Amino acid sequence: MAIELERILRPTDTPMAPYQPKYMTVASGEAMVIRQAARDEIPALLPHVEPLIHVDRDFYDIVAARLYAELLGYYKYRVQDEYVLVAQINGELAAIVNGRRVTADVGMSYHTLALRRGLRLGAHAFAAKMEYHFEGLGQKEVLIVAESPIGFKRWMIEYKLEKRFETPHELGGVPSWALTKEIYDKAKESLVVGKRPVPVEFLEKANEAILPPSDPPKPPADLVAARRSKYDPTGYFTN
Amino acid sequence: MREVYAAGVGITSFTRLDYPLSEIAAYSGMMAMKDSGLTQADHLYVANMGGCRLNHQSGLASAVVDTLSLCPAGAELIENGPASGASAIKQGYMAVASGLHDVVMVIGAERMREVNNLDATDFVATLSHPLAEYIYGVTLPSLAAMFTRLYMEKYGVTSRHLAMVAIKNQDNALLNPFAHLHQKITMEGIMDSEDAMTNNPYVSEPLRFFDCCPISDGGACLILASADVMKKIKKPMVRLAGVGQATDSHAVHERENPTDLLAVRKAAQESLKMAGIKPSDVNVAELHDAFTILEIAESEEVGFFKKGEGHRALERGETKIGGKIPINTSGGLKGKGHPVGATGVGQAHEIVLQLRGEAKKRQVKDARVGFTCNFGGFGNNVVCLTFVREN
Repeated sequence: MAIELERILRPTDTPMAPYQPKYMTVASGEAMVIRQAARDEIPALLPHVEPLIHVDRDFYDIVAARLYAELLGYYKYRVQDEYVLVAQINGELAAIVNGRRVTADVGMSYHTLALRRGLRLGAHAFAAKMEYHFEGLGQKEVLIVAESPIGFKRWMIEYKLEKRFETPHELGGVPSWALTKEIYDKAKESLVVGKRPVPVEFLEKANEAILPPSDPPKPPADLVAARRSKYDPTGYFTN
Repeated sequence: MREVYAAGVGITSFTRLDYPLSEIAAYSGMMAMKDSGLTQADHLYVANMGGCRLNHQSGLASAVVDTLSLCPAGAELIENGPASGASAIKQGYMAVASGLHDVVMVIGAERMREVNNLDATDFVATLSHPLAEYIYGVTLPSLAAMFTRLYMEKYGVTSRHLAMVAIKNQDNALLNPFAHLHQKITMEGIMDSEDAMTNNPYVSEPLRFFDCCPISDGGACLILASADVMKKIKKPMVRLAGVGQATDSHAVHERENPTDLLAVRKAAQESLKMAGIKPSDVNVAELHDAFTILEIAESEEVGFFKKGEGHRALERGETKIGGKIPINTSGGLKGKGHPVGATGVGQAHEIVLQLRGEAKKRQVKDARVGFTCNFGGFGNNVVCLTFVREN
């Protein structure tokens, strides 16, 4: 009976071409590999996403909370046609992006979470996600929303997205924006980078283990400390 | 004129701070009060450029003086573009030196990230000439780019020299917990690799992403006091020994030689002369590197290096911590951040820490003379300060 019920609850995934891993040099001079995360790797990702749910800064909390749920949804077969890409530097988790194939022509972008800041890693990971929709899945447009001002600036302004306000987005009632194939093709040269194939040693390192991010945004000890820690990361004033 | 001392300093993180502007300002004030042990001030000067426009906050000094429970102390707002901070320090200096007040608190604060980066860039561009520059779409990055192009042609500065400034200052920022940018960048990542153009795209050619300072929120405070007050404070005696200010034509193209920053030259000369210091005596400096080219150009105008040779000194590592004249040990505007109204006070904060020997991992050994250059407009209103440690 349990199996019968699970059959009803579990969506049937459409066969999707796998994302071909690539690598690039980031501003720190390090090589970053972007690859598709297998479903059985999701438990290894969750412990690195969970702490960010408690970081009330730059909308890390809401993005991490929703991404956590989406990762679980993928892992437990509750979202149809979802995929997850991870960016790793020396095996270390640097960014996670995910989304979903809605139809043959339309993709749905979910979230982009950068675990190292200031090196445009999130931008690279987002670009890889769009590359997957257009070049891997052959779709015509991807629906996108932003939950943070940074996301809005990066996606809606940097890519010059089209408004699709009449179309609901799966993340909620906020207006949708669309990255069309035409926009993607224009942006591709300057925003989408990376080489294939990934050297064996880089890929082996990435596949071997998802290592913890070395300097992720950290949750404060308490809410009062949260406010103070933004002003004074040294704790000088309160000590 | 009485001697004027740095009695206390405070700073907030220069980053995104989603709090009221008055609170950002006040927090740095509280830090400085704790640092000095003082609980009262006779007067408060608050430096800010965009409160009305960006944060719907006028009368900022009145808000901050009450937030800090300093009423009935007098309080005034000082606006002088990105040089507001050092201008406010100058006002504080005059108030104490003249004998009008014994303790003056100078706070710089800005909250720029309340608006998006396009609006923030437009806001800063309002300091350009309204009819000769702004209406033609001139922004500060574009002015800096034109300046850079001329500098490259005339003196042989290259994009790699600019990147060297960015790398140095972001390395220094890694040592400063209050800095905005805490990321190591490398020449490979931002210049040499195949992906460098995407990592480090042009903002206004030849200036790239990592040649420009971030847009930051933040506050900084410097408490100035007379010698009598300073005797009661258990801190090294750091004296504000020189104050210089100069202006230049509003529109950059009206300058006889646009690569000469005459206001920097004159303000620096005034400040150093007043302090009785030669450029070669300075041990540590904070220069206004809103764009990487400015650190190179200012290092020459101030007199640390001959005109056109700043980039050569950079190549030799003379401006690194441990070099002949370490510049922007805090990370500078490039690495620490540039909340415009707070920047000049933030520069003074770093120099006071350095002269006290409290700069920890970024400490310049035996630093006794420090210098700041706060650059308003595109070099049309510059304030330079010279600090000397006495004991």
